[in-house]
Amino acid sequence: MKKVPYRNQLSKFAAATLVALLLFSVSIFAQEDAKKGKQLFNQNCAACHALDRKMTGPALRNVEARLEEEGLDREWIYAWVKNSSGVIKSGDAYANKIYNEYNKAAMTAFPTLANADIDNILAYTAAEPEVKKPVVVAGAGSGVQASGSSGGISNEIILGALVLVFALLVLMLFFVTKTLKNIAAANGVSLEKEKSEKRTPIWKAFAQNHFLIIVSVIVLLLSSAYFVYGYFMQVGVDQGYTPIQPIHFSHKVHAGDNKVECKYCHSSARVSKTSGIPSLNVCMNCHKSIYEYKGNEAGPSQEDLENGYTNEFYTKEIKKLYKYVGWDENEQKYTGEPKPVEWVRIHNLPDFAYFNHSQHVSVAGVECQTCHGPVEEMEIMTQHAPLTMGWCVNCHRETNVKVEGNEYYAKIHEELSKKYGVENLTAAQMGGLECGKCHY
Amino acid sequence: MSSNKKYWKSEAELNPNDSIVETLRQNEFVEEIPTDEFLGDKENLASTSTNRRDFLKYVGFSTAAATMAACEGPVVKSIPYVVQPESIIPGVANYYATTIADGYDFASVLIKTREGRPIKVENNTDAKVNGSANARVQASVLSLYDSTRVQGPLLNGEQVEWSSLDAAVKSQLKSGKQVALLTQTYASPSTARLIAEFKAAYANVSHVTYDAISEEAALNAFEARYGERALADYDFEKASLIVSFGADFLGDWQGGGYDAGYSKGRVPAHGKMSRHVQFEANMSLAGANADKRIPLTPSQQKVALAKLYGKLNNASVGGSLPEVIEKAIDSVAKQIRKAGNNAVVVTGLDDANAQAVVLAINEQLGSKAFDAKAPKYVRQGSAKAVNKLISDMKSGKIGALIMDGVNPVYSLPNASDFEEGLKQVALSVTFAQNKNETAAVSQYVAAAPHYLESWGDVQMKKGSYSLMQPTIKELFDTRQFQTSLLKWLGSDKTYYDYIKETWNVGVLASAKWNKALHDGVFVAPAVAVEVSSEEEEAPLVSVSSAVNALSKSAASGMELTLYPKIGMGDGQQANNPWLQEFPDPITRVSWDNYVTVSKADAERLEFINENVANGGLDGSYATVTVNGVPVENVPVIIQPGQAVGSVGLSFGYGKTAGVKEEMKTGVNAYALYQGFSNIQSVSIAKSEGTHEFACVQLHKTLMGRGDIIKETTLEIFNTKKAAEWNVQPVVSLDHQEVAATEVDLWDSFDRSIGHHFNLSIDLNACTGCGACVIACHAENNVPVVGKDEVRRSRDMHWLRIDRYYSSEDTFEGDNAKKNGFDGLSGDNGSLGGFLELEDPAANPQVAFQPVMCQHCNHAPCETVCPVAATSHGKQGQNQMAYNRCVGTRYCANNCPYKVRRFNWFLYNNNDEFDYHMNNDLGKMVINPDVNVRSRGVMEKCSMCIQSTQKTILDAKRDGRVIKDGEFQTACSAACSSGAMIFGDINDKESKVAELKESDRMYHLLEHVGTKPNVFYHVKVRNTNEA
Repeated sequence: MKKVPYRNQLSKFAAATLVALLLFSVSIFAQEDAKKGKQLFNQNCAACHALDRKMTGPALRNVEARLEEEGLDREWIYAWVKNSSGVIKSGDAYANKIYNEYNKAAMTAFPTLANADIDNILAYTAAEPEVKKPVVVAGAGSGVQASGSSGGISNEIILGALVLVFALLVLMLFFVTKTLKNIAAANGVSLEKEKSEKRTPIWKAFAQNHFLIIVSVIVLLLSSAYFVYGYFMQVGVDQGYTPIQPIHFSHKVHAGDNKVECKYCHSSARVSKTSGIPSLNVCMNCHKSIYEYKGNEAGPSQEDLENGYTNEFYTKEIKKLYKYVGWDENEQKYTGEPKPVEWVRIHNLPDFAYFNHSQHVSVAGVECQTCHGPVEEMEIMTQHAPLTMGWCVNCHRETNVKVEGNEYYAKIHEELSKKYGVENLTAAQMGGLECGKCHY
Repeated sequence: MSSNKKYWKSEAELNPNDSIVETLRQNEFVEEIPTDEFLGDKENLASTSTNRRDFLKYVGFSTAAATMAACEGPVVKSIPYVVQPESIIPGVANYYATTIADGYDFASVLIKTREGRPIKVENNTDAKVNGSANARVQASVLSLYDSTRVQGPLLNGEQVEWSSLDAAVKSQLKSGKQVALLTQTYASPSTARLIAEFKAAYANVSHVTYDAISEEAALNAFEARYGERALADYDFEKASLIVSFGADFLGDWQGGGYDAGYSKGRVPAHGKMSRHVQFEANMSLAGANADKRIPLTPSQQKVALAKLYGKLNNASVGGSLPEVIEKAIDSVAKQIRKAGNNAVVVTGLDDANAQAVVLAINEQLGSKAFDAKAPKYVRQGSAKAVNKLISDMKSGKIGALIMDGVNPVYSLPNASDFEEGLKQVALSVTFAQNKNETAAVSQYVAAAPHYLESWGDVQMKKGSYSLMQPTIKELFDTRQFQTSLLKWLGSDKTYYDYIKETWNVGVLASAKWNKALHDGVFVAPAVAVEVSSEEEEAPLVSVSSAVNALSKSAASGMELTLYPKIGMGDGQQANNPWLQEFPDPITRVSWDNYVTVSKADAERLEFINENVANGGLDGSYATVTVNGVPVENVPVIIQPGQAVGSVGLSFGYGKTAGVKEEMKTGVNAYALYQGFSNIQSVSIAKSEGTHEFACVQLHKTLMGRGDIIKETTLEIFNTKKAAEWNVQPVVSLDHQEVAATEVDLWDSFDRSIGHHFNLSIDLNACTGCGACVIACHAENNVPVVGKDEVRRSRDMHWLRIDRYYSSEDTFEGDNAKKNGFDGLSGDNGSLGGFLELEDPAANPQVAFQPVMCQHCNHAPCETVCPVAATSHGKQGQNQMAYNRCVGTRYCANNCPYKVRRFNWFLYNNNDEFDYHMNNDLGKMVINPDVNVRSRGVMEKCSMCIQSTQKTILDAKRDGRVIKDGEFQTACSAACSSGAMIFGDINDKESKVAELKESDRMYHLLEHVGTKPNVFYHVKVRNTNEA
């Protein structure tokens, strides 16, 4: 999604400056700035801490107040944040207690944080929780896929309108003839009905015309052959296959909204023939700390709401992941009872066709979207391309081989381009149409 | 005029009054159809639950359901790892260096694994000792996925816990009664240390090492001379003259692994190649490769060896031999003298005297190829100790017997004594991978892991160590013998820690463990210092008395030489279908063992071999008896080159337990292995019946077709022009003779751009060992079809190794004879002449020729395919699109090399073909990069296009040029002898391009004009007698 309308950019810019201004102006007056603290918190602490729940580290809401009860002052906090392991080693009782309580996972040291920064963060943790805007949810949590229904409605409207237009036209025609007849009658022109001899009915005439019959039979046969062929050719072609998956994984949220690089999760696409469905530990890289779906600032769009894709819905899917991977959220521990996810395979080439992702992704530099479509817009993954041989071959005919900077191609490209008298070689010219390149 | 002849079908018709005839004329059936009886039985009909309507409903429903189901594609599940191991990327192979040490085969190998499954064995080129996998080692990966494997510890056939086994063993260890360990040869420093510790901890423990096929004589002779129980090592690359007395050193002689060195010396370079003289009884692989092969019975071999020793020392030695042989020995002695320390003598005779004499000769020569300082440890069994153990068992002295890696009930000649003894033993435990014969009579069967699931270390040769590491988690509830010993010692160490400890203390010195484990091999820095003092010791066995004893050898009756087959070895892997279907390199028989007899003896004993109409080979049965122990119904093969008065029979067959029904093939020759000697005096007689062999090549000769195997002698090769000994075929064009390569029906394409793959096969280096055949099986998912189908010529081997005999003493003789034909009949007539040519000589020359798809640039198969399923690639590969093939088989008919294989049945997923590929476990060996072909398609060698494509892709991804040697096919990678070299001939620097320019290069059936991308090198024999 490179093209962002200017309007949006402008408004974002405006908003950013506004926020910046506000921040700046406020920070002049306040020593401890909760807003700045929030920013710092999100940058530095949020990976392991949340305000209201235990994660890798303890919940931090009102942490200073709690520590005061333990008899620890702000100086202690400074020391802890800047070098926690030092505090632990010094034999501090509370530090060791916490350290042991949280699986002996030492907190990352933040020596670069100034005391003022820590003050800000503490201000943020001490701030009153924001009251969430009540979200009106229409048909929340239904979770059932209802895509396409909106499209259906609009189609009906268009069709209805068309019917209306045609009806109007017919009506108008009727009135026009009626008026013309009236005018003719008024002018005394009589519309004589031709008295012809009995005309043979059209079907009889047709039946008597052998030429016409033959022609129409041929046309009929040809057209039915065309349709039968078309029908048979789509057998086994699963373009548009959109199965329901065990976890509602939204590529739109991941690749689209959050701009996660495809190959972050599908890492083996770079080196292997399979793109690889990410193992659950890859999911947990992020979802260890992303335990709920917060959505965009603006809240879920109308369309999402209609489909039931509320924040709660997505959060529930994250919990499903936790169940599969065996992650106990409260204890922040793996239970050791994982259950593999049985995804339904969408892109499934037959066994007799060999396809290698790395050849296309790493060597040729083909964008994932070229074959898989606009995945970053897909709420539910669907098969974009037909994956037929014709489709493969077409691309091989049209696509130039990316030879720049690849020493392997240097010699063969020079020789072949001379032979064919072209500047750029297509995959087909390189031998990419040979049967044995994909079938062995 | 029509004839009035009367036709009749039965005599009754001739009698016009016969009532039956009349009835038959009216009725279709002689008896009335009992419809009324059936329909009249209302009671029965009413009570049946399925009436006609129901039946029709079922039919209708199932038809409709099947139709509906066919409309919708299946839902395929993709299940990713929960936690993906760091080293595994789905779709990318990992390689691990490990070592096989099953007591018979010892080799350092690389294991290719995909998604954690071992799928192929490859040579470890870093290894200096036994770094090449033979056919059995190549096939061992399939044995891992054998569904008959023991899946957990058993007590009398019932599943038990390991703890129950441990408790039973521990109580015996504490009882004070003798506990005997009967094991294979490990040659393992860690296991040796562990057993020593075990013995120290429990004073009542004794350890006996047992080799199914013993090298007792050689071990004793070496021990007597050098004071160490080991085997001398030989490096045949350094020898210019090799004289062998019954040693099949290209087979399994003394542990094998000698072919790579041998082949290096066999390729003529700078006008020189080694000369190889073989005295032997059976036609062995070494004999087939020899320049001069002299068939002698074992007793004659002994005399000949004694005489040779005499001649080398100018002493006269008694014993009589035919004059021809005397002369041959004279000549050999002369050649040895001339070669000096470049000569080497070896023997495979199971006779301590013979072995001692050979050691003496080699030492006397100072042979460069002979190495007694760093001997081999791959055989350590002691027949004496085994026999003592059996008598101890029978007398009830043994409280517990724990066996590992051995199957004595199958492989002992006195197996019944052993079984009897076993009954006297309070506790018997067998570590076994399947329920073999010994496991069947043992109380406990301890499920043992396959070597690909185990830890271990091996010292094959002094100072050369290798490591065994698991390449897959144990498939079943198995436990290694060594781990068990540690457990019984009360140690909580794992065997891995134990090995590491042994290595860090005693082996590695300053080297790093991880590096050694990565390489799989480790060579200790020079250990030579300690050995030097031993030379002064007087040999314990006097050589002269040994020679004397040898010269007196004589035999009564027929002499039997027992030998291991290339495919089956000692029979451990009898349940491996790849090996069962592997055709023996010499006889080309699969799925069988048999007794080999010479033609003269066969005529005398009235044995017959005949080819029947369907192309199969049939043979008589014989009963072979040694000292009153008969082995009945042994099929007979008439073997050209078998010494008259001798017969041969191979070990490893005739298994009765722990193998699938289909693999219960052949007869058990161990019954004849009396006194652990491979030479026995036998009586042999014909018995009733005819045996049907599954033989893939007839026992015929090349009939003078010199353009299939081109052969010449070293002398001619050195002195004459290539055009004389590598004759280019000519054809007639406009009534003029022109070179066949110049005439062409087709326009040639420009193949100078990009890669152009060629495979070079050097007939001089190829020993016929067959490792490539099995490697091809594993790489390309080639199915096993079973004995019946092989007999119908439906074998699926993509790569076969043709074996040719000559009808004259040499192939040259054949050619000369053929060219001398004059007219149809008469003395020089071709009619009788060709008949004579079909018959192999009593001592024919043998040539091996690996043949796979020749990837013709002008392929006859491609032009006849009606659906264009087979086509040619720019890179020289003849490609086969299986999904396009409709199975007309025109291509196979049109192929002049007969390398196309038709897939007659769905060999996977078919219970009729129970050869591991039909079950989930066996399917784990399948190479995921190669299609598993279905029924009704033609298949053939693809020149491993999956592997060339992978090499190209790897280079593209790294953005680099491909180096020579990176391109490999499965066969060329498996070929340790360097006979097969694969590469890109457009890379002018490559080895294969150089080989293509060689004078020795020729194409198979060049005159056909197919322009193959596989080429051969003329075989050169070193016939220099002086």
